Amino acid sequence: MILDSLQRVLSANALITAFMFVGALVWLSYLISAKLTRGHVHGSAIAITLGLVLAWYGGLTTGGNTGLADIPLLAGVGIMGGAMFRDFAIVATAFGADLSTLKRAGLVGAMSIVVGVVLSFGIGAVVAVAFGYTDPIAVTTIGAGAATYIVGPVTGTALGAGSDIIALSVAAGLTKSVLVMVGTPFVAPRIGLNSPYAALIYGGLMGTTSGVAGGLAATDPKLVPYGAMTATFYTGVGCLLAPSILFLLVRMML
Amino acid sequence: MTIYGVALLSFCMLMGVFVGDLLGEVIGVQANVGGVGIAMLLLLVLHNLMSRERPLSPITETGVGFWSAMYIPIVVAMAARQNVFGALSGGWMAIVAGVAAVAASFAMIPVLAHFGQGGRDDS
Repeated sequence: MILDSLQRVLSANALITAFMFVGALVWLSYLISAKLTRGHVHGSAIAITLGLVLAWYGGLTTGGNTGLADIPLLAGVGIMGGAMFRDFAIVATAFGADLSTLKRAGLVGAMSIVVGVVLSFGIGAVVAVAFGYTDPIAVTTIGAGAATYIVGPVTGTALGAGSDIIALSVAAGLTKSVLVMVGTPFVAPRIGLNSPYAALIYGGLMGTTSGVAGGLAATDPKLVPYGAMTATFYTGVGCLLAPSILFLLVRMML
Repeated sequence: MTIYGVALLSFCMLMGVFVGDLLGEVIGVQANVGGVGIAMLLLLVLHNLMSRERPLSPITETGVGFWSAMYIPIVVAMAARQNVFGALSGGWMAIVAGVAAVAASFAMIPVLAHFGQGGRDDS
């Protein structure tokens, strides 16, 4: 009876339950960071990684596609981590950003978006060909998926790709997003990701908003507004280029 | 008042996403083009303009500061709701494509950063 009642309260106040749950997860992560890694691995990097592991577990046990949020008791995690709150918090981080840095790096930031889309698309397309795909529509859709998991389905739908190909393109984009979240803090020192300027370029090259949001949070939260600024244009540019110019290029080559 | 800060933030986000949506319609793509980026610029510009006339009170600023501080927990929740299982069960091709794209993009950062910095030194 007590358990039933508890479950009812937790489900009825899903978002509040999520606040408590995430708070506990972050606390545990900072504890692990301090005690087990002696501060070498940042607490937020551990928290994001634990989040992803739990998301994997959620998908494994429920068969749904929103990770831990598919477990009824933790449905609030889906609201808290959904696009609405994510974007709201990203915009809030701009409050401390430096307008002149943004102006100065505007051109190279814009360039990084186009380079990022073409680079990811090209690599995705080459991998598709290497795995034996020869249909230009399939190759283009998979290449677009390697840009982001939104560009993939948008391109695939526009070109009339099969649903199996579209699913593959989403999987490629998800892999990218997850890897950017986990990998960024580890490669950041090597690639010089330590200034607002580099963060602008990073956002434009990576493009996945979730990946960039998570990757920079785990590296240096002060860089978030700069990376997010360029990343937010990437999907639009990808949806513009992939089904048009890039598709025509693929068709010419195959 | 705190709500003024929250309302300012909400206004900026909604305007930005609205403009991003219109931009997507205009160039004919089924996606929001830069909505969040436009919202961030709007917040920065409005804040700069207002500080000249009459600075926001520290209490009003807490309305924005709170959400900025909630950024990391929200990102942790975002990580926990990703379709990680779907990504890993998409097969080798999807994983290889994703990993290769990330590796190449990481490698490109110093190249572009150098190019941009070099251009600035010349001018």
